[in-house]
Amino acid sequence: MNDTLKNVGLFALVGLLILWTGFSQSWNSALLILNMGLISAIMALGVNLQWGYAGLFNVGIMGFVALGGLATVIVSMPPVNDAWAAGGLRVMLGLVLGAATIVAAILAYQKVPAGRARTLAMLVILVGGFFLYRTVFDGGVMAVEAVNPAGTGYLGGLGLPILLAWPIGAVLAAGAAWIIGKTALGLRSDYLAIATLGIAEIIIAVMKNEDWLARGVKNVVGLPRPVPYEIDLQQDPAFIARAEGLGMDPVTASTLYVKFGYAVLFLIVLLILLWMAQRALHSPWGRMMRAIRDNEVAAEAMGKDVTARHLQIFILGSAICGMAGAMMTTLDGQLTPSSYQPLRFTFLIWVMVIVGGSGNNMGAVLGGFLIWFLWVQVEPIGAWLMQVITSGMSDGYWLKTHLMESAAHMRLLTMGLILLLVLRFSPRGLIPEK
Amino acid sequence: MDFLNAIVALSNFVLVPGIAYGSQLALGALGVTLIYGILRFSNFAHGDTMAVGTMTVILFTWWFQSMGIGLGPFPTALLALPFGIIVTGLMMLATDRVVYRFYRRVKAKPIIFVMASLGVMFILNGLTRFIIGPDEQRFADGERFIITAREFKQMTGLQEGLALKTTQGITVVSAVIVVALLFWFLNRTRTGKSMRAYSDNEDLALLSGINPERVVMVTWLIVAALATIAGVLYGLDKSFKPFTYFQLLLPIFASAIVGGLGNPLGAIAGGFVIAFSEVFITYAWKKVLGYMLPESLEPSGLVQLLSTDYKFAVSFGILLIVLLFKPRGLFTGKAV
Repeated sequence: MNDTLKNVGLFALVGLLILWTGFSQSWNSALLILNMGLISAIMALGVNLQWGYAGLFNVGIMGFVALGGLATVIVSMPPVNDAWAAGGLRVMLGLVLGAATIVAAILAYQKVPAGRARTLAMLVILVGGFFLYRTVFDGGVMAVEAVNPAGTGYLGGLGLPILLAWPIGAVLAAGAAWIIGKTALGLRSDYLAIATLGIAEIIIAVMKNEDWLARGVKNVVGLPRPVPYEIDLQQDPAFIARAEGLGMDPVTASTLYVKFGYAVLFLIVLLILLWMAQRALHSPWGRMMRAIRDNEVAAEAMGKDVTARHLQIFILGSAICGMAGAMMTTLDGQLTPSSYQPLRFTFLIWVMVIVGGSGNNMGAVLGGFLIWFLWVQVEPIGAWLMQVITSGMSDGYWLKTHLMESAAHMRLLTMGLILLLVLRFSPRGLIPEK
Repeated sequence: MDFLNAIVALSNFVLVPGIAYGSQLALGALGVTLIYGILRFSNFAHGDTMAVGTMTVILFTWWFQSMGIGLGPFPTALLALPFGIIVTGLMMLATDRVVYRFYRRVKAKPIIFVMASLGVMFILNGLTRFIIGPDEQRFADGERFIITAREFKQMTGLQEGLALKTTQGITVVSAVIVVALLFWFLNRTRTGKSMRAYSDNEDLALLSGINPERVVMVTWLIVAALATIAGVLYGLDKSFKPFTYFQLLLPIFASAIVGGLGNPLGAIAGGFVIAFSEVFITYAWKKVLGYMLPESLEPSGLVQLLSTDYKFAVSFGILLIVLLFKPRGLFTGKAV
């Protein structure tokens, strides 16, 4: 059996699994799996760029995905004019002052010759700048958050079309990646892992606590959509007529239509990114990346700037994750910072890349679909398994209750086990790198 | 008098909690640094090893409590600790046998070890949640305070009280004992010396007849003990929650890196650096400043540099600064 046939077969298998969900459960859940599968595939592409091409270990995917989600709010929500009038400019001024402090400290570090004078200068700049920033910033935040806290209490966004948030999410994630990459790349490979783990936690902490930005844990709901609303479709006579022509009731037809609309949008993005990633992989740039990955010393001897290339690919990969994050929040229609769990948004993506085949874009896409499908279906399977295991015990027996309640945590175990097994027995994944 | 009050308030809210938290971090960072020195990878499963160890101790504690065995004024958990260490140690040995030994044989890159440790982290995390559940558990019993704030006020006649929790006392005392034992072991015993030799120069150690598998085994046992003790002390002092233990990974790694990965002394120093910076930056200084400054200058706000929600940002910030300016850490570690 040749490789192409095997790969087509694997993709066909995933297609069949989704179709099976459609026939046996419902087409709505099948389309939901497809949509999230498309987003997962894009995230996996981004991580594959970092790990498969360059061997960079990023465990902060969650943070970049969350930044993408933040971008949707900043871009698409209507601005809250009262909040801007109350303290918006003051908040912005505070942020500018904070940034200026850091820039000034860096300038002082670079321009003043090393010694006591430099230490003192930096200390004065940092401490003074910090207090100045806090005085300006805190007042602004209080004013903004006091404006109708139950409804808004934040600055709102720019009121632009939400599709614009996708590239902007990518830019935000790229910015965070630049900060991390600048500090941690060029050191030992583990340091990048620790630094990314940290930045992800901090991004989530900021999104949970800075209410003026995106309402924190109060969530932002009702994001605008790039596709029509179900309720409008159900009242549109032309749509009802078409649905009835297909023999479906208008309510189901409208939900399917909306999900299908998302699927088309996501598929377009995935195909563009996949095409770009494939072109990059087979270009001289891609060969250089793999050369660096396989032997950094030799690549350096050939005159390649390893750290700069690593920084480049780290930023690119994180940007793709950010874009996927923005797409996911668009699909959800709301931003809920507390829903970002490292397990779901970092490690699951890793399992996708490793299982699919690191270093191979098709593999990453396949892994995205396959693992997402398993992730959705593992819970019912786990519950069923527990049912079987405990079937011999009487109802109300403490062990049975405990096991049934813990079935939800089966996901962690399963994902860990899959990761370890694939890493050990099939480290090249389902579709290995050529 | 105001000056004394300021000092007492400072000790009560900053110094004492800082020392206790620093000891807990130091013990955690020691485990990370030992794995790094001997097995040469960053063990991401360490936080969850602590969680598993603490969970076992909690289960033993409950069992002892149900049989009516206790330690009087001390928490029962101290009695359960040795059993917890044994179980965790066996678990670490099993993990090493099943997961890591293969990668040592094929001489895999360190990053592959890190990934495998991620898988282990998942499984341990799942196991903890599966057995004890994701909720918060409090398992400290016995006397709560060595000295309460009220007693202290009556004793000294000061306005401010200094409360000393039993768990804080136990933390510091046991941390000192554990660290002393560890350094005695590493510097004085044959096995300890062979561990250091293996960490310094693997090839040379192998040439002089040191059995690497034995060194690795002993390391895992010591790490299991350190992780369990650190986890139990943290859990006694605050509370046990699986997710918190996963999150402890960041300050622990920050401590180990600040001190210099692979350097035990550095790990201890790093633990205190991180703990004190966290407490200093997230403490509301209004009270202390109120005593220290003349009335006209008394601050109106809380004078809290960062809200406590951002305590991880503090360890992260210090980590970034150290990586930027002194990537080998304050005490020179192995890593670059």
